[in-house]
Amino acid sequence: MAAIATAAGNGAPLVAVRDLAVRFVSRDAAVNAVNGISFDLARGEVLTILGESGSGKSVTLKAMMRLLPEGKSQIAGKVVIDGNDMLRLDAGRLADVRGTAVSMIFQEPMLAFDPVFTIGQQITETIMRHEPVTHEAALKRALDLLELVQIPSAKRRLDAYPHEMSGGMRQRAMIASALSCRPSLLLADEPTTALDATVQIQILLLLRQLQRELGMAVIFVTHDVGVAVEIADRVAVMYAGRFVETGPLAAVIHERRHPYTAGLLASTVHGAMRGQRLETIPGAPPNLANKITGCAFAPRCRHVVDGCRRADVPEFWPAADHMTRCLRAAPTPLAAD
Amino acid sequence: MSPPPLDPRDRGGKAQPLLAVTGLKKYFHLKSGLLSSAAGVVQSVDGISFTVRKGETLGIVGESGCGKSTTARLLMRLIDPDAGEVIFDGETIGTHDGMSIREMRRNMQMVFQDSYASLNPRLPIEESIAFGPRVHGIPRAAARERARSLLEQVGLDPNLYVRRYPHELSGGQRQRVNIARALALEPRLVIMDEAVSALDKSVEAQVLNLLMDLKTNFGLTYIFISHDLNVVQYMSDRVLVMYLGKLVEIGTVEAIYNRPRHPYTRALLSAMPSMDPARRTTQPPLTGDPPNPINPPSGCRFRTRCAFAEEVCARAEPKLVESDEATLHHVACHMAIPGSGHSAATRGIAEAAAS
Repeated sequence: MAAIATAAGNGAPLVAVRDLAVRFVSRDAAVNAVNGISFDLARGEVLTILGESGSGKSVTLKAMMRLLPEGKSQIAGKVVIDGNDMLRLDAGRLADVRGTAVSMIFQEPMLAFDPVFTIGQQITETIMRHEPVTHEAALKRALDLLELVQIPSAKRRLDAYPHEMSGGMRQRAMIASALSCRPSLLLADEPTTALDATVQIQILLLLRQLQRELGMAVIFVTHDVGVAVEIADRVAVMYAGRFVETGPLAAVIHERRHPYTAGLLASTVHGAMRGQRLETIPGAPPNLANKITGCAFAPRCRHVVDGCRRADVPEFWPAADHMTRCLRAAPTPLAAD
Repeated sequence: MSPPPLDPRDRGGKAQPLLAVTGLKKYFHLKSGLLSSAAGVVQSVDGISFTVRKGETLGIVGESGCGKSTTARLLMRLIDPDAGEVIFDGETIGTHDGMSIREMRRNMQMVFQDSYASLNPRLPIEESIAFGPRVHGIPRAAARERARSLLEQVGLDPNLYVRRYPHELSGGQRQRVNIARALALEPRLVIMDEAVSALDKSVEAQVLNLLMDLKTNFGLTYIFISHDLNVVQYMSDRVLVMYLGKLVEIGTVEAIYNRPRHPYTRALLSAMPSMDPARRTTQPPLTGDPPNPINPPSGCRFRTRCAFAEEVCARAEPKLVESDEATLHHVACHMAIPGSGHSAATRGIAEAAAS
């Protein structure tokens, strides 16, 4: 595996994650939410993490941003974003990096904003925390940002409180706030899930446009294959805290190699399936409080062989940019068990 | 699919709609805090009429705030309508010579989106399912027996699950319990209000398969409300489109999805994410959010977001007119009404869209 670039020079990936693992510990149980994730992300690239609830996709983002409660979570591995070793930064430096190198948007903007300050106040506060600018200059930038995210009558909206805006508008305002210090990486945790389809597509197109114009890299977490298709350059399919398949969008959709990816795509309903019985993945995801040996998907997999349960399935690379953790992709076919 | 066996409870025969709704209306009056004077009116459901035929699935789609869930709650009488008449298989609901609310609820049941909020957290699921039948006079032992049999029908092994509490189940399992609970009174019509929306895709597919099976096994009729147009297309025989409290278009699923006539329906359909990486959406079909349902626009309520809006659209409200008899297709748009005064009224919407 490639060595981690410590300085963000030319050619080095913007993001390098190695063997990231997150474990939540309480008195009663320990849950292994993320079990060893490694990936690189280039500048200006959009990676979508696709997975169902409990797969660890949001936890991965929060771990990268160091947003998990310190006492209750144990994070291992290495996360480098724009030359910053995220898991080893002290609190002061971490606060500097959040917003300028990496920022994050969430599913529920109402919870991301403070309800007692106006949108304008909150965005200018962010800018002035990070940059030595006057209040006037910060306010001017806040206005530019609201225009950038296409909020109508932006000047008036600077003085609006979060509750005075509609859901789509709040989501735009949150994007404006996240972009206020020109981060090179945006982490997006299901930002369109709570929106109507007509508003969702507007936000997706806006994010795509901003990402292109600002040359920003994005890691976009979603459970919705349709959303992934609209936004991703590369897709990582996550199951039980692991990437089980990664590759360019078209490869993952059309040449999927992992049975879980196939099952997820087959069970996503679309109109052409009318009158047919839907293909489903039997059973339910594993309980991550228990120790899992071998492939976590094995109990639900129709192609399972003894080898799947024996040991962890390594990464296989059917193409230079396409990875899957499935024994069926092994270069030498398995002997029948 | 073989025709469902004749229901002994059937009164008017196959041709009589199971549910006929006329002029259903609900306004919510907003009060301003201090003086309690009326601050505005939300025209949540504004005079909608439709029928549900025996054995069909009627899908209802629209953006949030369009009144789909209010419609469901009005039908169940969880809230009282301001006006309108609901007739269940020939009997008017809530009148002296018609059907009582209590009897209606034996025939009509509902499954909600939030599977946890709709179960009593202090009752084992067996008791939750048996509760309705017991209220309706079925002896305890028989009600429990029915609960067990229903759990089996929805794919949960009664021996494992009867004594469990809602918090011990996953979301998909809880929604199966809610479906069993809805079926416990042997209803003829079940309203699914975003019943699969909170589930993961792989679980959603399992529940949709289950709903299809139950429909055949119990000879059910569904009203299926969802914001997910893919799921509605998969489930429904006919589809009803709502916008800000109004019914704007209704017809067979083929007519609505393949030949939509209302500009709003067209926009809604093209807002669906494409499933093909080579054909991504490039242009948002609508700009802005749905307008506030408090004091909606005059005339056609969609005109403020409609690319084809003309002077007539602000002046007059378009009536729901038949657009095609074979596909039971009705639409409320001035462009579909010859002589309405809209310039595209004679040309048709497809040509107007092309030019």
